[in-house]
Amino acid sequence: MRETLQLLIYGVQLGVIYALIALGYTMVYGIINLINFAHGDLVMIGAFVAYFAAELLGANFPLAIFLAMLIPACLSVAIERLAYRPLRDKPRLSALITAIGVSIFLENFPRMLPFIGPNYRPFPMLIPFKNFTLPTGAVLNSIQIVNILVSVALMVALTYIVHRTKVGRAMRAVSFNKDAASLMGINVNRIIAVTFFLGAALAGAGGVLYSMTYPMIDVLMGIWLGTKAFIAAVLGGIGSVPGAMLGGLIMGICEVVATALYSELGYGSGFVILILILLFRPAGLLGKVKIEKV
Amino acid sequence: MMLDVKDLRVAYGAIEAVKGVSFSVEKGEIVTLVGANGAGKTSILRAISGLVPAKTGEILYKGRNLVGIPPHDIVSAGITHVPEGRLVFPNLTVEDNLLLGSYIREDTAAIAEDMERVFSLFSRLKERRHQEAGTLSGGEQQMLAVGRALMGRGTLMILDEPSMGLAPILVEEVFRTIVEVRKSGMTILLVEQNANMALAIADRGYVLETGRIVLSGKASDLAAMDEVRAAYLGR
Ligand SMILES: Nc1ncnc2c1ncn2[C@@H]1O[C@H](COP(=O)(O)OP(=O)(O)OP(=O)(O)O)[C@@H](O)[C@H]1O
Ligand SMILES: [Mg+2]
Repeated sequence: MRETLQLLIYGVQLGVIYALIALGYTMVYGIINLINFAHGDLVMIGAFVAYFAAELLGANFPLAIFLAMLIPACLSVAIERLAYRPLRDKPRLSALITAIGVSIFLENFPRMLPFIGPNYRPFPMLIPFKNFTLPTGAVLNSIQIVNILVSVALMVALTYIVHRTKVGRAMRAVSFNKDAASLMGINVNRIIAVTFFLGAALAGAGGVLYSMTYPMIDVLMGIWLGTKAFIAAVLGGIGSVPGAMLGGLIMGICEVVATALYSELGYGSGFVILILILLFRPAGLLGKVKIEKV
Repeated sequence: MMLDVKDLRVAYGAIEAVKGVSFSVEKGEIVTLVGANGAGKTSILRAISGLVPAKTGEILYKGRNLVGIPPHDIVSAGITHVPEGRLVFPNLTVEDNLLLGSYIREDTAAIAEDMERVFSLFSRLKERRHQEAGTLSGGEQQMLAVGRALMGRGTLMILDEPSMGLAPILVEEVFRTIVEVRKSGMTILLVEQNANMALAIADRGYVLETGRIVLSGKASDLAAMDEVRAAYLGR
């Protein structure tokens, strides 16, 4: 029992991070049907922004995570503008290949910068570490608490934006049909940019939270993390916001449980999930088949 | 002059769908464009809204040329387009669809008033205000599309086959609504295959054939012409 609860804590902690990252994949896919392969690398950039923020400005968690959200978000808007928008009306494969190219660039450009380079770096402590023992005997630490609270808060905020605000309504309209949305007076390009901005901000936050838990960062960390978050998005139903959250949680918990059973298993668990979901429920857990009435 | 289209051409690749069309709409009028499938009616409306580029020609709206202006700015200028196939947002509620119709406006209180006005026009929408639009019947979706267009408080409404796919009784309801809407001060450009009904409510009409205007005049005169009757009115 104690063991189970402890595993669950680890699983949720990892799961909310996957969920944060998965949201960016799902939102961008939902709005322009693009699998943004560069998304995982924005996670890495978020982690590095927080790293340098802590180095230069001191260990200030709110400031570090704010910058780690803002900078990848702006970068993502620039990437969309320069790399994806010109290909919007071209065959989908073009944008997909471009996304892979952007990803390779984002991994390799920082690598050659002298102040970043290819090596692993220890991630600074952004908050004091403290253990709390729960009545059941399970142990919860301060990083896990911050991790879960911040992730949940960000997901609540995103859900609010998508469902309760004008810009969220516009996002949902654009994701259904760009022409119909523009006939409402919606500036479709601006809404697509907002979507990239929000998705990358969450990815940046995910990068910081992940690095606080596993405090070693390098320029390739986004590949593996992005892949798993992408699987989480597919599991939940790509295009579905609640799906990405659910998929992330399930991925995190499965991975932790699988690792506990046999440490090598953790790595493979994501792919087993991916194969199962593609075999039995290709639209994902919460993915909907679009029905249109004529 | 509300809308003055001059020598408009629209092409899709090598295919020219609209081959130099000129027509106009005066303030307060209902003007209809009728024509068979593929005549180019939708292409003309999409060019007015900026959804397809005009190859040549001018689209003067209140004297300002709209060619090259992006669709959302054309909406802001006061043109509301109810597209072919309605295109209500199926995964949004009726209320959210109506709110999107008022996207360009900021006057929250007046928006709420307009929503009530739409609900009084279409009571069936009111009962379903929290229902997803995709679950409405075809006729209800059409009402939603018209209601949503009213929410923009535009000055010119262009409607692309609002009667398509509706049962006769609903067709009448839609046309009655269009007449109502005009009474409230809106100018209307109506595209229809149902030439019979369209000419009955319109002031003037244009008959389109493979991208060209072949006849034009007072709606009642057009409706009485033998060639129009034979080709479009099925009588
Ligand atoms: N996106 C497109 N690409 C290529 N050709 C097109 C496109 N849209 C329309 N066309 C062609 O342009 C011509 C006019 O089409 P349009 O949709 O304007 O006709 P319409 O009068 O609205 O017809 P309907 O009554 O069937 O709606 C047709 O021959 C059509 O095949
Ligand atoms: Mg048409």
